[in-house]
Amino acid sequence: MSGIERYAAPRTLEEAAELLSAGGATVFAGGTDVMPQANAGRLRFQKTLLNIGRIAELRGIGESNGVVRIGALTTITELLESPLVRGRFRALWQSCDHFASDQIRNAATLGGNLCNASPAGDTLVPLLVLDAQVVLAGKPNGTLATRRLPLAGFLTGPGRTLRAAHELLTAVEIALPPAGFDSEYFKFGTRPALDIAAISIGLGAVREGRVLRDVRVAFGAVAPTPVRAPRVEAALEGRIADDAAIEAALEAAADEIHPISDIRASDWYRREMVRNMLQRMLCDVREG
Amino acid sequence: MSAKVEIDFTLNGVREQRAVAADMSALAMLRDVVGLTGTKYGCGEGECGACTIRVDGVTLNACLMFAVDCDGREVTTIEGLAATPPGEKLRASFVEHGAVQCGFCTPGLVMQASHLIEKNPGAGEEEIRRGIEGNLCRCTGYRKIIEAIAGAK
Repeated sequence: MSGIERYAAPRTLEEAAELLSAGGATVFAGGTDVMPQANAGRLRFQKTLLNIGRIAELRGIGESNGVVRIGALTTITELLESPLVRGRFRALWQSCDHFASDQIRNAATLGGNLCNASPAGDTLVPLLVLDAQVVLAGKPNGTLATRRLPLAGFLTGPGRTLRAAHELLTAVEIALPPAGFDSEYFKFGTRPALDIAAISIGLGAVREGRVLRDVRVAFGAVAPTPVRAPRVEAALEGRIADDAAIEAALEAAADEIHPISDIRASDWYRREMVRNMLQRMLCDVREG
Repeated sequence: MSAKVEIDFTLNGVREQRAVAADMSALAMLRDVVGLTGTKYGCGEGECGACTIRVDGVTLNACLMFAVDCDGREVTTIEGLAATPPGEKLRASFVEHGAVQCGFCTPGLVMQASHLIEKNPGAGEEEIRRGIEGNLCRCTGYRKIIEAIAGAK
């Protein structure tokens, strides 16, 4: 039997941080991860059930000085409907398009997807490609303090992040990529809707003529967290995506991923899929 | 036992005040507390869409929503939709196209269809298919459901 003693739905970040500082709170926004995890016995409710979904300052997508701030409560549907996301962060838009179902996209929030920290989390791979930062806020000593972490460092393991118990993830910040930067997301599951990725790949680069610059590659569901692949990036950086460069990238990818076998796919299958799908994506780049 | 929380919301256009357990789902509240059983419990984890309701206009899986989160919001269930012209139109079209077999998925599909038509009145077959990707039907093979939704626009 769960024993929630208190329910709170604060309207300001200050109030929420205050409640979190008191300790013993289960935080939820959309509820789409918390509810099934609680039902399956994988999450035990703390004394306080804290609904952060009413905090207006955690909403909205805006740009200032070349940095796009996406509030933690932005739903996946809102990301899909944002011209800014669609125009500048194509891989992120594609990951939202492949995300669960309409009903879940209407409820699920970006902050929730990040804090759930699934190795297969859909938005995580494109956000790694976009060099996203997470903003955390807490009130450890009575005053609201904010810190920023690169997403890559924030994610520490399956379901684990560097968010302290007294902190809330308030926003994601993405510096607008250089002109000409384009990105692509690939997700493989057994069916298009409502599936969890067996593997996913994010690829981003600027194409100068035929040469690739600012190459960024990330993989999902092949390691304890979604990961950037610096050696794959190095194999492609400053090069033309010809057969030799593509082969070097595929070899680097094989060394950089550490897949496991689970209910969705075997280790061998994940390796084959990463190799073949990364090859397909890079061939598409070569073909222009 | 979890604490009971007083909530105040609009259900099918009527103000509701209820005391619900903090860990209860919106689906359990609708079925077991309020007594509206049109919203179905299928999988309990957001995969099947049988519990689809509308909250502040958008569709959600009631099984993934905390009942306490209904506080201050506008909730519409199949019972509420059925009493409106778009609901009547959908019902007639589902009947006309033979889109109902066992009927268990039907309330969720009609709810999702209402949202999809409202959002994209010009939706073609591909968009209808995408729009109902969160709703499972194990009888019809979907063809008749898609025709019914197309016929209700």
